[in-house]
Amino acid sequence: MSGENLTSSEYIKHHLTNLTYGQHPDGSWGIAHGADAAKEMGFWALNIDTIGVSVLLGALFIYFFKKAAQTATAGVPSGLQNFVEMVVEFVDDSVKDSFNGRNPLIAPLSLTIFVWIILMNAMDLVPVDYLPSLGQLVGIPYLKVVPTTDPNMTFAMALGVFFLILFYSVKVKGFGGFFAELAFHPFPKVLMPFNLFLELVSLISKPISLALRLFGNMYAGEMIFILIAMLPLGAQWALSVPWAIFHILIVILQAFIFMTLTIVYLSMAHEESH
Amino acid sequence: MNINATLIGQTIAFFMFVWFCMKYVWPPLTAAMEERKAKIAEGLAAGERGKKEHELAEKRAKEVLVDARTEASDIINLANVRAGEMVEEAKGKALEEAAKVKKGAEAEIEQEVASAREALREQVSVLAIAAAEQIIKSEIDATKHKSLVDNVSSQLGSA
Repeated sequence: MSGENLTSSEYIKHHLTNLTYGQHPDGSWGIAHGADAAKEMGFWALNIDTIGVSVLLGALFIYFFKKAAQTATAGVPSGLQNFVEMVVEFVDDSVKDSFNGRNPLIAPLSLTIFVWIILMNAMDLVPVDYLPSLGQLVGIPYLKVVPTTDPNMTFAMALGVFFLILFYSVKVKGFGGFFAELAFHPFPKVLMPFNLFLELVSLISKPISLALRLFGNMYAGEMIFILIAMLPLGAQWALSVPWAIFHILIVILQAFIFMTLTIVYLSMAHEESH
Repeated sequence: MNINATLIGQTIAFFMFVWFCMKYVWPPLTAAMEERKAKIAEGLAAGERGKKEHELAEKRAKEVLVDARTEASDIINLANVRAGEMVEEAKGKALEEAAKVKKGAEAEIEQEVASAREALREQVSVLAIAAAEQIIKSEIDATKHKSLVDNVSSQLGSA
């Protein structure tokens, strides 16, 4: 527990509140104190912790992979290059398995998604109180460390993928072809409105399921870590260690699922008709 | 837990990272990996080729060895035969030579004997004449009994 004077629900709430910067209802700009204040700021507010941590992790990913790419040789690979190549090869194999066609964007996109999500999810494995307590020491009132427990993050990536789905659907099939795919399927043309409704739901459910799956898993995992952190000190490790070990699997699995579904969705966007 | 402008910021960040990865991370890495793959394949092929060549060379060496061995034994056989021939030849020549030498020696001996006999005959005839002279000197005239002396000397010569 970070503070003696907090009740359990306050503790949990504190851990699940983002550091939001925006305009207060009274017109002044600043950091929202509490979830309710953040809600009142409306849409035009930024979760500084989510952005900060995710961009930092993204930069970390780019830094190490770029370093490996710069020094990459066809000779015997060094440690970092070996590791990076392992990841790259894994992603490349996944793409080759599910994506039929040629698009130079898909593999780097998948790599970015995979590594970035793993890094963000892995922040879950940092003990839940470390970084928020440290933040409080330097005057940051709220700090939600795991960006993927913020729906803004997961929806942002899912929307990015959704834009790519729309873009490539239109690019490969044209507006007419894309519309035909939505309208003339699975029932005959007479039932066009019905078809359109069905296909639009299935289209829109793609980014939503992507975002919510990742968000839900990580949010739940984080919640359990927080609950474990409220146990007496002696009992914590007995639960948090097994959960953390299990969570390693979830961290990687969710990243892999997000990546694989992205590849599959984009592959479907490239295919003429199903 | 509200949706706010973070969504937009993160979408932009997402695309920036993807773009960066696509531009600076992915191509050099995959290029290096492809190159290494090709290199390894080449190395393996070269190894295989070397092994095959080695096997071939070994086989050839064995063949050459076998050839050399048979040739050597052929040469030895031939040499043996030739040596026998040479010995035979030498023997024949030696015998021939010996026969020739013997013949020459025999002829010489015969000649010696003949000349010795001739000399002896002449001396005997001189001796006989001298003896006869002594006798006849005392009894008869040399001119008177010449036919008699000649007859004796010719008889001696045919003996």
